[in-house]
Amino acid sequence: MYAFNYHKPATVAEAATLAGKHADGKLLAGGMTLLPTMKQRLASPSDIIDLSKLGDLRGIEVKDGVVTIKALTRHVTVANSAEVKKAIPALAELAGMIGDPAVRNRGTIGGSVANNDPAADYPAACLALGATIHTNKRSIPADDFFVGLFETALGEGEIITSISFPVPDKANYQKFRNPASRYAIVGVFVAKKGADVSVAVTGAGDSGVFRQKDFEAALKSNFSAAALDGKSQSAAGLNSDIHADAEYRAHLIGVMAKRAVAAAK
Amino acid sequence: MPTVSMTVNGKPVTGEVDSRTLLVQFLRETLRMTGTHVGCDTSQCGCCVVHIDGDAVKSCTTLALSCEGAKVTTIEGLANGDQLHPMQEAFRENHGLQCGFCTPGMIMTAVELVGRKGHNLDEKTIREELEGNLCRCTGYHNIVKAIAAGAQAMGAKA
Repeated sequence: MYAFNYHKPATVAEAATLAGKHADGKLLAGGMTLLPTMKQRLASPSDIIDLSKLGDLRGIEVKDGVVTIKALTRHVTVANSAEVKKAIPALAELAGMIGDPAVRNRGTIGGSVANNDPAADYPAACLALGATIHTNKRSIPADDFFVGLFETALGEGEIITSISFPVPDKANYQKFRNPASRYAIVGVFVAKKGADVSVAVTGAGDSGVFRQKDFEAALKSNFSAAALDGKSQSAAGLNSDIHADAEYRAHLIGVMAKRAVAAAK
Repeated sequence: MPTVSMTVNGKPVTGEVDSRTLLVQFLRETLRMTGTHVGCDTSQCGCCVVHIDGDAVKSCTTLALSCEGAKVTTIEGLANGDQLHPMQEAFRENHGLQCGFCTPGMIMTAVELVGRKGHNLDEKTIREELEGNLCRCTGYHNIVKAIAAGAQAMGAKA
């Protein structure tokens, strides 16, 4: 790890000022991705702005059909939350599939979403559920938030404060995971709300999480796994790596989408 | 250099650290408490698991400075003098180790697991909860047995 200056702000405003001042700095939430990346010297931030003191960024609220999760809420908290399990069971299940218990004890929803790892789980939930990402400056719809590989709409000095998820009628997340890293090789989140159906795919796209609009159209007229028979995902624009090639990922997207539709509740 | 203060196994400690010092380095190199191991150093293997404010975490992926004011428990903090903690005793009794390198992390993970899920743990639960702890000797069979027995023993003691 390269040397850096360490800051531990007490308020979001202070954190934002520090982040604005140190253009090559990084915000540290749970650190489950950032610290390993720094240890491998793939990242060398000049400054680390540790958000762990910002206690007011933790907590979950369910109100008027919307689940709002504050940014520093840990995966373990979301996975075990009775409120989330009741309102959006698929979201609690997704949180319980991230990493391993020690990672879930430390990793945060805001950190995961801000990092936008192409194989992370939460971005799929955000897209499929039509979440809104709230920052210290504005509110960004998920469709506009995830820009590309590890890239988001967040500007300098902008910090995620919470994410709100409208409660769907039905949803499910199916993940075909890498058994070593426990990241998604392919993960598909399906959500149905009224006449709308969203299908979001993580782990596969070469510019990160995306919506599978063909599947969405088929499921809108008939929300059943059978509606996806004969539908296929093109391998163009999908990742190939040592874990799976693009054709295999394309196949998995179809399989995982069907399983998610069948299991949606 | 910045200093960091925390409570480790009930004792207040303070040390000078580089900003990039990891919690596991602080424990092993500053405090000379070498019970917590570094296996992979990439947050996969779980040899470095300690408890921070009661939560099992990977100390190789936590900055020491982030632990200012925290209560940290390591493998050295479990036994009561010469009397092993029931989970340690269960690992000994069930031959839940061979080389012993992963054992501190296994035991710290197991003790936290009992705190979260209680004293009656089935094999499936234990195996799922051990996702973040790798053992390259035992094939896990006796580790799972040890954790089930240790969980029961912790309940009997309480």
